[in-house]
Amino acid sequence: MIHIPALRFGKVYTSLEKATLVHHVTGEPVAEVSQVTGSMIARDLGQMAQAHKLLAAIPVRDILAMYKKAADYFLNAALPCGDAELTFADYVKNLSATTGSPRVFCDRNARKVHYVLANIEEVIGGLTRGLPLDALDNGYTTAGGRMQAFYPTTDVFGAVLPSNSPGVHSLWVPTIAFKIPLLLKPGREEPWTPFRVLQAFLKAGVPPQVLGFLPTDHAGAADILRLCGRSMAFGDDKTMAPYKNDHRVEIHGTGYSKFILGEDQADHWEKHLDVLVEGVAANGGRACVNASAVWTPRNGAAIAEGLAKKLAGVKARPSDDPACEISAFANPAVAEGINALIDEGLKTPGAVDVTEKIRGTPRLVKDGRCAWLLPTIIRVDSPDHPLANKEFLFPYAAVVEWPQDDVLKRIGYTLAATVLSDDPGFIADALACANIERLNIGPLPTNRLTWDQPHEGNLFTHLYKQRALQHARPAGAGV
Amino acid sequence: MKDTPGKPAPVTGATLDERIKNARAGLDAQVREIVRWHFSPETGTPFWLEKAKEFSFDPLKDVNGWDDVKKFPVFEDEWLRGGPVRKWVPKAYADRGVYVFETGGTTGLPKSRIVIDDFKIDYEMMSDTLPDQYFPKGSNWLMLGPSGPRRLRLAIEHLAQYRGGICFAIDLDPRYVVRCIKERKIAEANAYKEHCIAQAVTVLAGGHDIKCMFTTPKLLAALDEALRAGKLEDKYRELGKKVPPGGLRSIKAAGITGIFSGGTEFTPQFTREAYEEMLDDGEVYMTPTYGNTLMGLACSKPIGPADGFKISYYAPQPRAVIEVVNPKDYNEVVPYGGTGRVLLTTLTKEFFVPRFPERDEGEREPPFEKYPWDGVSGVRPFAELAGGTVVGVY
Repeated sequence: MIHIPALRFGKVYTSLEKATLVHHVTGEPVAEVSQVTGSMIARDLGQMAQAHKLLAAIPVRDILAMYKKAADYFLNAALPCGDAELTFADYVKNLSATTGSPRVFCDRNARKVHYVLANIEEVIGGLTRGLPLDALDNGYTTAGGRMQAFYPTTDVFGAVLPSNSPGVHSLWVPTIAFKIPLLLKPGREEPWTPFRVLQAFLKAGVPPQVLGFLPTDHAGAADILRLCGRSMAFGDDKTMAPYKNDHRVEIHGTGYSKFILGEDQADHWEKHLDVLVEGVAANGGRACVNASAVWTPRNGAAIAEGLAKKLAGVKARPSDDPACEISAFANPAVAEGINALIDEGLKTPGAVDVTEKIRGTPRLVKDGRCAWLLPTIIRVDSPDHPLANKEFLFPYAAVVEWPQDDVLKRIGYTLAATVLSDDPGFIADALACANIERLNIGPLPTNRLTWDQPHEGNLFTHLYKQRALQHARPAGAGV
Repeated sequence: MKDTPGKPAPVTGATLDERIKNARAGLDAQVREIVRWHFSPETGTPFWLEKAKEFSFDPLKDVNGWDDVKKFPVFEDEWLRGGPVRKWVPKAYADRGVYVFETGGTTGLPKSRIVIDDFKIDYEMMSDTLPDQYFPKGSNWLMLGPSGPRRLRLAIEHLAQYRGGICFAIDLDPRYVVRCIKERKIAEANAYKEHCIAQAVTVLAGGHDIKCMFTTPKLLAALDEALRAGKLEDKYRELGKKVPPGGLRSIKAAGITGIFSGGTEFTPQFTREAYEEMLDDGEVYMTPTYGNTLMGLACSKPIGPADGFKISYYAPQPRAVIEVVNPKDYNEVVPYGGTGRVLLTTLTKEFFVPRFPERDEGEREPPFEKYPWDGVSGVRPFAELAGGTVVGVY
């Protein structure tokens, strides 16, 4: 069995307390992961001012070169994983084994992480909106004839990570390029990607003193969010509620992402069907940018049926089947709980599970230790129905009919919205809508990313603040 | 300070086997004496005199040694919830001053236990296990633990006095912390913890020559965090005192040489972390203890890296007995090394608790020279109950 140690900013630490990760199908142990306590985290964070200075002293160009090397190592090298060495294929296999996510998804999403590593300059250019790189070395730049100055908001960036998809790791990867030490708290079942990225960084020359891999429990995670000057955390609305007003914590919670059809496209819904299917079901429907609702001024029943027909053929398959379209739940109780919640919601009049009718079989599939939830499209007759605004860890969407002139006021918080309309007035309203964080206009799925733009918060503006700066003796002027 | 009357004589014997045999004989004698005391109409405890009417045996005649304790039904903690509390005071002690101590109150109405001298005897016995090198006689103590209607507060003060010192304390209400956690007011709970640590830092800055301390694992970690963040140095500056060369950024630097710790769950990993990272690789001595209001205090074998920071507790026999039993059959003690539920029996003239299933489980440990009776290691919340209560909040 593989043992994955904690990395305590330069110290490889094997704890007496370990979490055992098992194969989602066989229940056999795959790995054990050393756990640390909140007080250890607090102690390690005491060294961060020094670590920050160490990293800040490395020219950004050198760091970017390390990213290039790390990208290559991430994909092509056998990298240490505790007492073993794992190739990329081994890593994908283990990742799939402990999370239940199909290998084909794991591979695809891990390559997104590789993309960010390999194209870091493009990514940080997107996050900084083209800020010249010398600003990261000097704290300011006068390129373009204007003074632009920034200062770091923290000595360390903490990331409390989920277990559901390796794609999310692309969000914290740029941290080192921004010269901020990095503390990762992996999701319980997904230590693989964070550990591999850090090993690639280390092999590429990033100083170990600026990298922390600290598996811990909920209390330890809370300590990370309490003690890091800036952090990001993934969790449901209830878990994240205490941090809602804490500007230091960037919350990645429920996305409530949506498709919104305008009056002009509601009758042409069929030509958008593939985009709708991709938005709802791509990547197993687990991401917060997967759509969980389709709002349309009319044809709700037809759209629900069209979507359901497309998705009703999706089957539960073993995670190593390249044709996999949905993930297994490594913990079947979670799938059972979600299934029960939907069934309970259906008892409230005004909702129909259209997919189940077409498929003719239940949405919950169980086989041994595993469970799957098959795609589910619910037609609801009101945005107030309990199933109208729900998001689950599988392809799920509610189809709601609502007039265009009121829809943007009714959608509520929406991480990613695709507005299917060519109506300039409606598009202008969508551009001005404060409920929407990421906006796609036209036939683009909600989960489509562009790496040269900030997404799900902006890491740069989280880690740096702009300041006014006047320099009476510019560099080179002497004293 | 003189010993409080009632302290048992040490176990004698040239070999371990002899000591085990003698300890067992002492336990049998204790069972006879205590059961007669609580069930005799002259000295007995009103609760037990009433309860005995339901028994199919006569405790005065049919209980003649440890094996006969099995005749008593399993003690139900509900009996300790609510009054009148006088029903627990033996008739023979009717004219004595009585304390009432309560459990944390993490599971509803707290359990109450009456005490007269037991806490003094328990802690005097505990004192005999402390190494003088780290707990110097005459040195002062800090009680960094719960206050209020708890045994610990008075017991630690008595321990300090028994060893010739004076004990400083803080105000700490663990029930408030439980409420914060249940209501998910995490920031409020943390603020309260900081308030408690700030009190401790103030005491340490007061120039009272404090060398010994009681604390819980969580508060030890919180104090360490505060010291490393320079809170004691800040307090010195605030008070206009000079920060000594070398600083005050560790428990050792703050002058503490010995820590008696307990109150909540202790894991080997926490013990290792404390030893290696908070206490300068064991230069500050820490002894974990396992105890509660019902039992008294179980001491641990000395801890350290040699045995992987394993913590084995031994009850203060013959005044209390720990058994590790099959959770489905409390009459069946598990084999050495086996896992089971902790079953507690308390046998003092003040309090008789036969066969009380604790909220904890652990592994059965064999006797050894110092404690020639069974112990328990790896104590943790009983798996079947874990999750139902908020434990270890301070």
